[in-house]
Formats: sequence, C-alpha cells, structure tokens
Amino acid sequence: MSTLETAAQPEYLCRIAIDPLSRVEGHGKVTLLVDRDHHVRQARLHIVEFRGFEKFIQGRPYWEVPVVVQRLCGICPVSHNLAASKAVDQLVGAREITPTAEKIRRLMHCGQTLQSHAVHFFHLASPDFLFDFDDPTAHRNVGGVMADFPDIARQGVRLRKYGQEVIRITAGKRVHGSGNVPGGVNKALTLQERNYLLTDLDLMIQWGRNILKLIKQAYALNPGYFTHFATIRSNYLSLVRADGALDLYHGGLRARNGQGDILFDHLDYRRYAQVLREQVKPWSYMKFPFINALGPDKGWYRVGPLARINNCDFIPTPLAEAERREFAALGEGQPVHLTLAYHWARMIELLHAAEAIQELLLDPDIFGDELVVRGKMTHEGVGVIEAPRGTLFHHYRVNEDGLVEKANLIVSTTNNNQAMNESIRQVAERYLDGKELTEPLLNQIEVAVRAYDPCLSCATHALGQMPLIVELVEEESGAVMDSLMRDADGVVRGGH
Amino acid sequence: MSEDRSFTLDGRPIPFQDGQTIMVAALAAGVYIPHLCFNPEFAPHGSCRVCLVKVNGRVQAACTTPAAVDQTVQNETGELREIRRGILQMLFVEGNHVCPACEKSGACQLQAVAYYVGMLAPHYTHFYPRRPVDASHPEAVLDFNRCILCELCVRASRDVDGKNIFAVQGRGIQAHLVVNTPSGKLGATDFSLADKAAQVCPTGAILTKHRGYEIPIGQRLYDRKPISVVGDVATLAESKGGRRHD
Repeated sequence: MSTLETAAQPEYLCRIAIDPLSRVEGHGKVTLLVDRDHHVRQARLHIVEFRGFEKFIQGRPYWEVPVVVQRLCGICPVSHNLAASKAVDQLVGAREITPTAEKIRRLMHCGQTLQSHAVHFFHLASPDFLFDFDDPTAHRNVGGVMADFPDIARQGVRLRKYGQEVIRITAGKRVHGSGNVPGGVNKALTLQERNYLLTDLDLMIQWGRNILKLIKQAYALNPGYFTHFATIRSNYLSLVRADGALDLYHGGLRARNGQGDILFDHLDYRRYAQVLREQVKPWSYMKFPFINALGPDKGWYRVGPLARINNCDFIPTPLAEAERREFAALGEGQPVHLTLAYHWARMIELLHAAEAIQELLLDPDIFGDELVVRGKMTHEGVGVIEAPRGTLFHHYRVNEDGLVEKANLIVSTTNNNQAMNESIRQVAERYLDGKELTEPLLNQIEVAVRAYDPCLSCATHALGQMPLIVELVEEESGAVMDSLMRDADGVVRGGH
Repeated sequence: MSEDRSFTLDGRPIPFQDGQTIMVAALAAGVYIPHLCFNPEFAPHGSCRVCLVKVNGRVQAACTTPAAVDQTVQNETGELREIRRGILQMLFVEGNHVCPACEKSGACQLQAVAYYVGMLAPHYTHFYPRRPVDASHPEAVLDFNRCILCELCVRASRDVDGKNIFAVQGRGIQAHLVVNTPSGKLGATDFSLADKAAQVCPTGAILTKHRGYEIPIGQRLYDRKPISVVGDVATLAESKGGRRHD
C-alpha cells in the first residue's frame, strides 16, 4: 500500500481539491495535501454523496426489493435489479430458474453491459484517448469528440441505444424496468422483438471490433505511458463459470493474487462473507473491502473488466476470446496490472456482450412460456452478479412475514475503493510530485480514477456504521486523557 | 316519465333516473368524472373531493349530489382540473406514494387519475410519514403508506363481507386506517383475499402477498389508455390488470 493515505502533519500542508471529479458517474472528489516544495504528502479519493438504500428498504416486502434497489443507479440499474432478483430467487426457493427465464435475464444483462460500457468509453473516457492531457477543458469532453471524431461519437450513441433497446424489450423500460420477478421473469420475447433486435446487431459487433483496434493503436503509439500510468499490482476478484469461462451473470467466486496464483476458486458466492470483509475509514463514506485471509493491507483487490479478463480461463464467444488472448499476452504469464488496460478489457467485454446477445437471440428458449418457478420460502438470500463495474453483492435477510430485516450491498465500485486510491497515489507520486500543480496535471488524477469507471453514487452505504472517535485532550500538553470509539459495527468501546 | 329527465353536463344533455347522482348518471351516459372514493357498488362517500364539479356555478361533489333537471354542470374546465390536480398533489405528499417502485404502478387508480388531471409532480413538500407495513397476514400485505382514506375497504368489509375489519381512526390530518383488533394486525383477523374489501382499494394499500410486477410494462391496465377509457381498477378483472380475485 502507498504511504500517501494519511499525512503525518496535515496542518502544515496546502490542500488541493479536484471537486467534482468529472466524467464519472456520481459525485466524488480527490484531495491532495502538498508541502511547500510541491511534494504530495497525502492523496485521497472521497465520495461525497450518500444514499442509504441498505437502511430504508428495511421493513419493505422482499418482492419489492429488486425494483427499489435498482434506483441506486441510472446507468447500471439492471445489475442491481438482477443481483437482488437472484437473492430473491433464493428467498422464494427457486434454486434454478427456467431456461427461458435465465436466458431472458442474460439477454437483459448483456444489453446492460453493452450500453454501460459504451457510455463509459465513448461518452466519458474517450477524450482521455483522443485528446492530450493539456487539451482545453472546454474541448476535452464528449462535445469535443463529437466535433473532431463524429463517427466515433455516433457509434457510441448507437451502441448505447442498442443496449438500451435490449433492456427495454426484456425489462419493459430502457431504465428501471420490472421484467424480473421472484423466481423468474414476467415475459419472454416475441418473434417480432427478436427480429427487431437482430437487425442492427452485426453492425454493433463490427463497431465493437473497431473500437478495440483504436485502443490497440493508442497503446502501440505510447506503450510506456500505458504500461506505467497509474499501474498497481493487486489481487483480482470475479465470478467465473464452472469451466473457468467468463460469465457475467452467474458462477463461483475466483480470486487471484498479483502473480496470478489462485487464492480461492469456484467459491459459492453465498459464502462471500467468509472470504471478504469491509473496512471503514473515518474520511470516506465508501467502505474498503478486502480478502479476509490477507488482511486489509494486502487483501484489497480489483474487480471489473480488468479483473474478469485476468481471472477467466477463456471467453465463450470467438471474437472476444481472440481479443482476450492478445490482451493476456501483455501480462507475460501474469495478470495484466495496467490500470489503463481497464478500457481495453472493457471493450473486449463490450464485444463479448454483443456476441452473446446474438447467441441468445438465436436460442429458441427465449420464446418459452415457462417463466417462473417457486419452492419453499427461506429467510436469507445472496445474489451476486458481474455488473459492468465489477462484482456486485446483494445480501438480504427477511423475517417471518416476508419483510426485509437486514440488507448488505457490496457495490462494484466499493470493491475498487482501495485500488482507486492506490492508483491516484501512484499518479501523484510519479507525475505530480515536486511540480507546481496545474489543471492538466490534476486531470491525470481524474484519468486514473476514470479508468475504473467508478459509479460513486452506487457505492456509498455506510449509514449508521461510520466509525467515530471522541478524544478528551489536555489543553496545555495536548495529551489524550480519554477516548471513546464507536467501531464500524456500531459497538462503542473505551471511556472511563 | 323519469326517462325524459336530463341535466346538462358540459353542454351535453345527460339523462337520469330518480335517485341517481350526477356521477352515476354521467358514467351511465359514458362521461367520465374523475373519482377515487366512489364505487358504484357502495353508497357515495364524498370524501376524496376529486369528483368536484360546478353545479349551477357552485362547486359540489358529483358523487353525492342528486341529479336534477334544472342543473347545468361543468366538469371538464381548466378551473376544476386545477382544483382536482391540487387535491391529488396533496394526497400524494400526505402518504408515501413511491410510484417508481410500487407494484401497483401502471394499474393504480390514484396514479391514473393523477395522470388524467395532468399531475406530473407532487408540487407540495412531502410529509414522509412513518407507516410500517403490516405483513402479518399470510395472504395479504397492508401498506398504510399508500392509503388515501377513501374508506372503500372499510365499507366493503363492513357492508359486504360482514367482518368490519377496517376503520379510520383520528380526525383531520391525524386520520389513519386501522385494523379492528387489539393488536391492530391484519394477521389477527379473518380477512381473506376473497373478501370484497380485498378487491376495492384504488391504490396499492392492500396487496396480495409474495406477488409483484407480474404484468409486463406495456400490458398493465393504464399503460396504453387513460382511466377515462379503461375504467376503475375495482371493476376490472385480473386478466386486464385490475384487482385480483384469488
């Protein structure tokens, strides 16, 4: 871990804030504490908004939960809806949903992955590839992309629109639909809907391949920059299918360390709490998850496209698999640790999502009429899914009446909290330290955060669990006379 | 000679029979007057005030005002639409009507009437009352957050089911729906989904347990046509997305 998390004597340092972070989902800021010689002494990513879904769904009926919690986000609501739906399936005893229901859900999720990855790369991140760091801020945005690279901008809009159409047809609405019900889905596809979605699909696949060419060209032009910028060694966590394939909808948990060694594999995600813990720090609303066996200092990990492509043994669609092989060569036998490679991995997944949509649309099961199964009610359910931004955990416990008693969400971006902080500290040390800070330099911090495609509004859930320390300090000497501490679990310790 | 008797509604003659209210006569003639607490199977209540019309220049509830030959009634006017919209907006902020997550969304009479009168936002400051859900009954859930005090369940349980399970307690802004048991829990009653009281709620206050969102968006009761064409939730079968009868 970097030493830049907390400065020893912050009172003598100059504070510089990047507030708000631009071109990310939600509101966040980065603060830097810099000394007189422009050396960075502290760098932190803060999440400044607060949601509290875990709290206010308490007391609500469980079957409402997927529809309520999807409001966490306007970009990846399908992921929250599906993770919660998978948990609710367990509550209603649906151990396996019907082939039709599963394929409709997978279709919905692929549409979600396609549109979310498109909006991030084309609308938010593409200026980082297409323009220089010191490009004027008024131009370094999607407007500038539309002016200078209209074809790329148009492809981004159309790719997103296509993904949203897949969602609309499977979930009922482009954003915040209600297609998933306890134990299945409420509709299959009609032939007319299938044919409509097939119409533009070849074009989407072609555009997915084109954008990968663009990324590879950008890498080839400046390999040193890609290799070193914000790069950190980390552990990786994701779901994988039973045969080791990339699977965005379902699978077991796999974690690798920085060398690529397996830490745990095919772990039933309902046992996530045995391997993962969350640390709370007083300066952030966002928790810091870590692999329990390694502890908070060494156990933090990365999730999302980079983790998934590093973790899986293969991608079950041919074009994306060919791209994965080329990508994996960068790691020379180890995981690819390049933070900017998140974009590359993300576009491999976009291509995979488009290919998977094609396979699903040609599968006759999507027209089936067996939509829902139910079994014996249980009181606890855990749903995990690979959301566009990474592994997403939804855990609910309900009472005898079917009302939610407890909820725990580990949101994709939360998993990357420590990693994002490590990346900005690497950038601060390598590119900013000792220099007078200018807007283009500070933009490099944002580029590092943006690579993770964080959804900051999704990721803040520390309600009622923020640690609090009260110290009684002797006025003259400054000595601590007494202290009272409320831990992350709400337990108050100390005091006399 | 009652078949010859009529009053004028927005310039159109509306025939009526002795004892009919303006509301009943209008609906029989195919003219929609927005309403929530009115249900033709029950005695008029006049509590929601959404059906206010102007009778000879005076604002009155169409559901409680007897029709008469000398009446000139105004229904679809900008002024009345604004009054109705204001009433709907107050109903929405007084409870917790979270349409985006509600199982009844798309098949909710309150929501449909709100759309009909042009309400697109609540306008007033939300009260955000704390009203815990009663899920103690094995078949049904009572969500007090969505109750608009129309008393249809009270009337149905008392007058049709003969169970007298529901009541409204308190006055004015303190008025609230209660269950007539010492514990106040629905689970302590002999309430059944087959009861008339389970069929009449114009919102999502009384819902079938363990079920939700089963009708796809686009096929729900009010997804394609307004309530003035479709009719009330309580009078429509489940197959059309209305009240369930299971």
